[in-house]
Amino acid sequence: MRSRLPWSLLAQVKRVTTRWAARVALPVALALGAVSVPAGAKEAIEIGENPVQERHMMDLASELRCLQCQNQTLAESNAPLAVDLRQQIREMIAKGQSDEQIKQYLVARYGDFVLYRPPLKADTFLLWFGPPMLMVVGLASLYLVLKRRNRRADPGPITTDQHERARQLLAGDEENQA
Amino acid sequence: MTRFAFVRYLLPLAVFAVIAAFLYKGLWMDPREIPSPLIGKPAPDFDLQALEDPTRRIDRKDMLGKVWMLNAWASWCVACRDEHPVLVEFSHTGLVPIIGLNYKDTRREGMKWLTEFGNPYQTSGFDDSGRVGIDYGVYAVPETFLIDKQGVVRFKQIGPVTPDLLRNKLIPLIGRLNA
Repeated sequence: MRSRLPWSLLAQVKRVTTRWAARVALPVALALGAVSVPAGAKEAIEIGENPVQERHMMDLASELRCLQCQNQTLAESNAPLAVDLRQQIREMIAKGQSDEQIKQYLVARYGDFVLYRPPLKADTFLLWFGPPMLMVVGLASLYLVLKRRNRRADPGPITTDQHERARQLLAGDEENQA
Repeated sequence: MTRFAFVRYLLPLAVFAVIAAFLYKGLWMDPREIPSPLIGKPAPDFDLQALEDPTRRIDRKDMLGKVWMLNAWASWCVACRDEHPVLVEFSHTGLVPIIGLNYKDTRREGMKWLTEFGNPYQTSGFDDSGRVGIDYGVYAVPETFLIDKQGVVRFKQIGPVTPDLLRNKLIPLIGRLNA
């Protein structure tokens, strides 16, 4: 009985999940698949005329933040603004503008916030160096604490008197046991 | 002993206080409110068809010499519904001309909106492609810009204009810009 219980429980769980998968998950997955992207694709798909430029656009867009859905990149997002901005980037690449010019264009409109790698300047100093500084402080305090603890734990070499006393105590212990 | 007490008790307490202060402030900050790089810069140029009449054009340069308000709106925008009555009422004061930027909308829906809810705008530019919106860094309609006589953007509101905002910020600022 004790060994059968987990198995019957497991079978129960399996029954429930299978039923759930058939009734809910599968239709949802099918519906999603039908309206959005093919399986395995992470980026939003659009058709660009030139595959090389399209790749270039997507590479650039994956470094830029979508402002409508702030935790996605411009490359991943299907928000209308992201679609428009990809189109804008596509056109700018076709016109032969550099990545730097395109980023400048976006920063002028949306601020540094569009860049997933913010530039190094006075405003962003803490952002860039705060974490390493905290780590240095942490490691330094760890070092100091460990050093102090070490010093406290080590009482130094024992004196002859102490040694003699220990020997006597141990000897006495053996006598007691015998 | 005092040194020990400081390191043991006061230092962790101080660290906790600093972190708690940052987190507490973070609670009331809206991550959607991104400071616009446009503030203090010339308002981007545009030359759009009027929503009401495709043959009439609205040029930003026509507004030079006036303090004016640019309000990005759309009939599909839910928050614009909250904002609209506030704008309609504000437009009755006649303090500044309000120019609408009808963002990624259709002419039919846009016009229907204005007839239904009232029209606070002197006129609205029809930005169906959203290009002018991009130039103004619009990412969450409604957005409102206050532009001075020299055509410099002085203020940007992301999200609905509220009576509070008008009273405490915009109206005083308009007064100063018109002085």
